Formats: sequence, C-alpha cells, structure tokens
Amino acid sequence: MSKITLNVNGKAHALDVDLSTPLLYILRNDVGVQGPRFGCGLGQCGACTVIIKGEAVRSCTRPVSAVQGAEITTLEGLAQNGVLHPLQQAWIDEQVPQCGFCQNGQILTAKVLLDKNPNPTDAQIRQGMAGTLCRCMTYYRIQAAIKRAAKVTA
Amino acid sequence: MTPITKTPAEIEPVVETATETSRRDFLKTSGLLVVGFSAMAVAPGSPLVEVMLGAAQGAGPYPDLDFLQLDSWIAIRQDNTATFYVGKTDLGQGTGTAFRQIMADELDIAYDRTSCVMGTTDVTVDQGGSGGSDALQTDGWPMRRVAAEARRVLLDMASQRFGVRSSELVVSDGVISVQADPSKRVTYGDLIGGKKFNVTLTGKNTDTTTGLAKIKDVQQLKVVGQSPQRYDIPAKVDGSLKWAVDVKLPGMVHARNVKPPVAGATLVSIDESSVRGIPGFVKVVSKGNYVAVVCEREEQAIRAAQQLKVNWKKPATAPFPTSENLYSYMRGATPTFSMEPAVVGNTETALAASARVLQADYEVPFQGHTAFGPAHAMADPSNDQLTIYSNDMKSYGLRSGVAEFLKIPRDRVRVIWMDGPQAYGRTAADDAGFEAAFLAKELGRPVRMQWMRHEETAWDTKGPAYAFTLRGGLDAQGNLVAFDYDARAADHHHLGYNEFDTVLIAQLTGMRREPNRGGAATPSEMYAIPNRRMAAHVVSLPLVWETPLRTGNLRDPNGPQVTFASESFIDELAAAAKADPVEFRMKLLTASTADDSGFKRARSIAVVKAVAEKFGWEARPSPRPLATGDILTGRGIAYAYRNQTVVAQIAEVEVNRRTGRVWVKRFVCAHDCGLIVNPETLRRTLECGMLYALSRALHEEVRFDAEKVTSVDWVTHPTLRHTDAPATIDVVMVNGDPNPSRPDLPHYGAGETVCKTTLAAVGNAIFDATGVRLRRVPFRDARVLAALKSAGVA
Repeated sequence: MSKITLNVNGKAHALDVDLSTPLLYILRNDVGVQGPRFGCGLGQCGACTVIIKGEAVRSCTRPVSAVQGAEITTLEGLAQNGVLHPLQQAWIDEQVPQCGFCQNGQILTAKVLLDKNPNPTDAQIRQGMAGTLCRCMTYYRIQAAIKRAAKVTA
Repeated sequence: MTPITKTPAEIEPVVETATETSRRDFLKTSGLLVVGFSAMAVAPGSPLVEVMLGAAQGAGPYPDLDFLQLDSWIAIRQDNTATFYVGKTDLGQGTGTAFRQIMADELDIAYDRTSCVMGTTDVTVDQGGSGGSDALQTDGWPMRRVAAEARRVLLDMASQRFGVRSSELVVSDGVISVQADPSKRVTYGDLIGGKKFNVTLTGKNTDTTTGLAKIKDVQQLKVVGQSPQRYDIPAKVDGSLKWAVDVKLPGMVHARNVKPPVAGATLVSIDESSVRGIPGFVKVVSKGNYVAVVCEREEQAIRAAQQLKVNWKKPATAPFPTSENLYSYMRGATPTFSMEPAVVGNTETALAASARVLQADYEVPFQGHTAFGPAHAMADPSNDQLTIYSNDMKSYGLRSGVAEFLKIPRDRVRVIWMDGPQAYGRTAADDAGFEAAFLAKELGRPVRMQWMRHEETAWDTKGPAYAFTLRGGLDAQGNLVAFDYDARAADHHHLGYNEFDTVLIAQLTGMRREPNRGGAATPSEMYAIPNRRMAAHVVSLPLVWETPLRTGNLRDPNGPQVTFASESFIDELAAAAKADPVEFRMKLLTASTADDSGFKRARSIAVVKAVAEKFGWEARPSPRPLATGDILTGRGIAYAYRNQTVVAQIAEVEVNRRTGRVWVKRFVCAHDCGLIVNPETLRRTLECGMLYALSRALHEEVRFDAEKVTSVDWVTHPTLRHTDAPATIDVVMVNGDPNPSRPDLPHYGAGETVCKTTLAAVGNAIFDATGVRLRRVPFRDARVLAALKSAGVA
C-alpha cells in the first residue's frame, strides 16, 4: 500500500492504496464516484471512461500509479455550478438512454470528441464513438444527441 | 444550458425503495420522508439515500403486501401528490413513466404530481417483475383499475364532506369541486393525505385485482398519448443514479467466482495457499463444483480469482460439439421431444402436385444476453434477515428462489430492485443474486458478487440455437400452395427464472432434476396457405447440467430465430414466383377473411401497407439487376406477430462486395401495439429493439470448442457498434384496428416484437442487393464475402 493523492472533479483525495490497482476500483470504492462503471475490465467497452488531460481514458486498465497528480474528470464532474453540460442536456432532450449503464462512457467520449472537433461530420462521430459500446443499442439517438450538442456549443 | 432540477417525482423512487418501515413512516408523514418529497428534495445517491439504505438493514421481517388492499398500490400525501407502487421493473424502456401516465389518468391527477416505486419486494405487490413485454398488456389493467378505485373513494369522501352526490362533483388534477358551486373544493391531499384508504379490493390475483370503479374510456384519457420525458433519464446522464452496482454497506466484502475451465469438469482439490498471501484475503468458499473467493477489497478478489490454483478433472466425454459442427450435430440428433405438428390440408400431396418446390436449410447459433455490465448482486445477512440488492427483472422470483435455496423463511428475505445493465429475459443476474446470498450466509457479512466479462459472455444464459428445414410449393400461377416447416432447437433444458434447483450455483453444488423441456417454436403470421405443416423438435447437447451452453429466455424467446427462417423463406418463394415481396405477402394475407378478436389479419394488412408506403416501396421482384461498383444496394421486408402486437419492417442495405460488409442504411418499421401510452418512448424502444436484433443479425454468435465457450469478450464476441447505426430509422405507429377509436382499445406489449422481423428483413435486403441468399446468421463480413465469392458476385 502506498499513499497517493488523486484529483477528481477538482477535489484532492489522499488515499492509501496498492499502486497497481486499476483506477476504476479506486474511483468507485475509495473516492466514491459512481459514474465510471465496470463493463469488461479489458478496455474494450468504455463503461469505465474518465477524462484525463483531455483524453477519454479507460480507467479499468489504467493503474492508479499512472494518474497521480493528474486532474481526473468523471461524469459527476461534467456539470458546472449546477448547470448540465450541453451534452448531458442533449442526452435528456433526445431521451437517449434505455438502461443507461453505458452512457457514462458515451457522454464522456462524446465530450472529448467535441472538445477536439466542435463540428464533427456524421462519419467522424461514428468513427470517434466506435469503441464505446451500448448493448441496448442507443447508438442512433446518441449520434443525434451529439449533433444537437454540437449545434449548441458551436 | 439548463440548470439541474429534479422534480419530486424524479427523486422519489430511490428514496422510497428503502424499506417498508420507511413507507409506513411515510404514511405517518414522517419528517424524513416529507423532506424527501419536497421541492428541495435530495438527489439519488446523496447522503440521505445512504442513510435510508443503511437504515434498511435493521428492518424485517418482510411479509408479502396484500394486493387486495388499495393502500398497497397507492399513497396520497398531504401536499396532494401520489405515489404508485407497482410490482414491475423498468429495464430502460420507460415502463415506469407509462405506469405513471395510465394511473395518473385514472386517478385524475397531474402527471408531475405522481411518482412510481417498482420492484422492491417488501414495498410493492408481486406482479412478477418484468417479462414477456406484459407491463402494459397484462399488468397495466389492474394498475388502471386501482387508480380508478382510489378516485372513486376520494369522490365518495368529498361527497360526504360537501353533502352532495358524487355525480355532482368534478375532478381536475387532484382537486374535487362541487359542480354547482366551484368555491366548494378540496384536494386529494386534504381528504386523505398521509392517511390510509383502508379499502379492500377484490380479485384472485394481481392480474384481476379491481375495485368498484370502472376505468375510463380511451377518449377520456389525457396523459395517455402524450410523451412526458422519462423520469429516470436525468439521473442516468448526470451520474447521480444509484445503481445496484453502487450499493456499499459497512463490513462488506467482495466475491468473485472461479468457474470450471472445462464444461462439466469436477473439482478435485483447491490449493488455498496459492491465494492466502494476497492482502485482504478472507476465504475460499467451495461446495461441489462451485468455487468463489472472497476478499476485503475488489481488486484483491479479482487477483485471488485469477491466482487460485484449482485441480479439476475433465469430463470423460466432450460436453458439446464444436460450434463449427453444431448444426450437423443438431440435424443428426434424435429429438428429446417433438411437438405435435400443426397441420392444415395435406402438405405432402400439395408439394407433389406443385409446379415448383423449394427447399432450404436455415441456421441460427446460440446467442447470449451478454449484458453490458456483467451479472452482480449485493446480499446483506444482517439481523438474521437477508436483503438482496439486485437489478434482476424478476425481483419477486429472486426472493422466493433464494429463500427456498437457503431454506430461510420467505418473509426474512427481500429484494431491493435497482437499475442495472440491459437484462431482457433470464439473465445471469438470477445466478449472481443466489451466489451473493449463499456467500453472505456463509460469511455472515454483506457480500458483493460481481461476475467478470469472460464469465458473463461465456456462462450467461443463451437463446437456443436452431436448425430449420423449410419446403414450399408454388402452383403454375406462382401461388403458395404448400408450406412445410421443420425446426430443431438446442433447448433440452430451458432455464426458468430464479429456480432454486436450476440456478448455476444449484447445478454446480449438485442439484439435479428432470430438465425443463424447452420450446421449439413456429412462425407467427396470418398467411392463408391452403396446405401447411409446422413441426418443431427439441434436441439435447451431450452435457445438460453445469454447462455454459445453458438456455433461457432471451429477448423475444425464439422469435428472431423462427422469423429469420420463415420470413426469409417466404422471400425465397416470392422470388421464385417472380413476385414483388410485398405483393406476395399481401396476397397471402388477403387470401382469407378469417380474423380473430384482436383483428390480427386486418392489422397485419395495415402494417404491411404502412411500412411499404413510408419506405416508398417500388413494386418489383427481388433480386434487383446486379449493379456495377463495389456498393450494392437492396431492400427487404419481413412481418410478424408477437402476441397481439404486429410489426412489418423494411431494411435498406448497402453490401460492399469487396469486403462483405453489410450496412443497414435505413430501417422503416410499422408497428401496432394498440393503445399507445407514450409515443416518443415507444419510438425509442422500437429503434433500439431493431438495432438490438441487428446486432444478432450481423455480429452475435457464441462460439465454442469441444471443451468450453471461446466467446469471452467483445473481441471474440463482437456486438453492434456506432459504425453500424443506420443513417435513418423511421417508425410508423399504426393502429390497424378496424375501429381504432373504440372506448376499450387495449394496450399491448412493445418491447420485443421488432426483434422478430429484423434478421429476415436484413437477409432479404442482402438478397435483393446481391442475388445471394444467406441462410445462416450472423452476417459477419467474412461469411458474406465468402457467399458473394462463391456466387461470383465478389
């Protein structure tokens, strides 16, 4: 066990953990956020996505040792001052989720996509989101919501 | 940008699912819960919810709610809000929102003043949880009747208060006033808020529960037919929803299973020293062939499960054929059961007299639930009770099954239902619930069980594989005069829900019984064919118990398989007759005038017409003349019934003849489920249903060698991705009832019907584009390319 500090959603957390532990379990069980979820533990599905240094990161395969000192944003950290992020609002307006379990990864991956490319084409949205899975198959509405949010932020 | 606001209705279910005690307190208008319902209400996941969940631990026992008491279904508060308690679960199709709509309408209260509590066994009556898309079709009726009864009782109370007859009163949004003197008014909350109705209902079961009141005519419903947004969505996008995976309890430990590496293997020995050194190690639990490790922390349990040395003995005979040899095995096996064939006319004679006879074999592999989040549950044995936190869609069955499995009185067990990953049918959530309960009892501590990805994909329950042989006879004019259907399903032991002696831990710990004979199904359409024979058989794989190829209900059980075969073959017959596929079907639908009480034929004709019109279908036979260029485009139709709901669907595909890739560019579906409660929620359910089945059409196949399932993750078991999503999906909501505005128009199910037609619609479109008939799903690139090559198209 080692003492480390994690910065999650603008707050520092002093922790005593095994440094080889994937970030996901530390976030869920020690930091107490629940946006990132376990889906595969293999970096294949996106359920565990968080944002670190502007990139969508699969927290289930990233050891906590690799993210010390970095600012980590989870789904809970997307709203600012009680105001939903335009993507979250677009998700509500489009009524995107079915079960909703994957939507953490969908929303955060879409955020990184729009941060890098505020006006993506349909093909860029499809490619940019291709690694983030949904088993209720809400893809059609997710893509509509991303376009809706892009219009708001453009 | 919109501020985060939560109406009371949005937050209430989570707060209220805490405990029966809390509900009773609530009915006494306890301070805590009144806060929970105020406009300053806390968000789910807030400390208050933690307090509520924590407080729940001391409660119990948990007797069944009396479904013949109105108070079991509805509570009205002093602030003139109402909560509906229903015995269903919402898997993400918005049924909770629909329940609020139908009950708000009958109660005559604004939708925004209602909330809905679902699926928690000690606060809601047992309506069986979810299944069979029966939420509205079956369970919606008693919900409407009890809400109507509450309105009647409230009117009665107002009548006494004002000294006028009930018929002289009017109700609007929970306010009753005297028609002749509107200054005399009283709210529902003033009449009964915080108090009990104490009204006894009648009925043999929850399906037939009723009061004295009559439900409203369809024309009087105001909230039904509107599209209020789903109340559960905001918390799913801001991260505040508390899921079953999020439950944390003091003293909890983490468990992981260690499954047999070869199906049917026997446990010989466990070397516990292989994991004893892992920090936080608590225990290895084993019984029969069931093995689990328990550790203080999650990552420790994962490591222990990977590291535990177990000596297994392989079974003497192979548990199953390889997936490559599955269909030849199934076709060669002696059926363990054969249905009495459904026969009309004489098929053999008609085939012999036909001008043209077609025969084709169709095949569908095992396909799994493969939940996006692997199976999980938390079980808490505190205070000699057992509380299970689970997303199992049949929470009531989980409670009864666990009680029987662990030999605990049923009233000491309860299940708190919480949201979870997609779970349409008999999923491994059942198994995880039992395992958590078993381990919690063993350890005397709260245990969180979480399956890993490889377990979920390999060991969750499967939809049965099918092998079909179809024959059809056309007369000289191209009329279909004979249709012979023969199906074989690998479904010898079909798992029921939460059965104490068939869940995986029961099997692994040695329980055995007569298998539940599975069903092999036949097509559901209204085609009038003069000679028809439909036969269906069940076959068994060598290993029946302790097998990862265990079958159970998967969204629309049997429907995608059966309809893929039958509606593809109808398309083959249309092509052989050089007939347009829509016209060919219309001819079969209009060849008889016989109908039934659900107007199945009239409604079939209506959806087929509607889908063709919306698509802009141009009448011509399939296939189209082969185009030049790499991208070949085609369209295909399929139609089917599921209970009383009917759908027709058209797929427009692009097939890349260089790569074999199939892209559905557009889906159009025409759907008739009777009275529509929430059109926008229905639209999304249908969109997602089509794409769910598209995943089964294009990607999903459980593969295995002669020892184990080799589909273990999203690489070895691919699923639909963003890149597969159609550019356009059109949904036409039809009501093909001859009298669509009749006052008693029923509301039918909508969660599964489109799963039936998608596979055939896509296969038919591929044929239209390429002239190549694909008779086996999934249509993965390599399989399509190989078929195109062998036909000289690629």
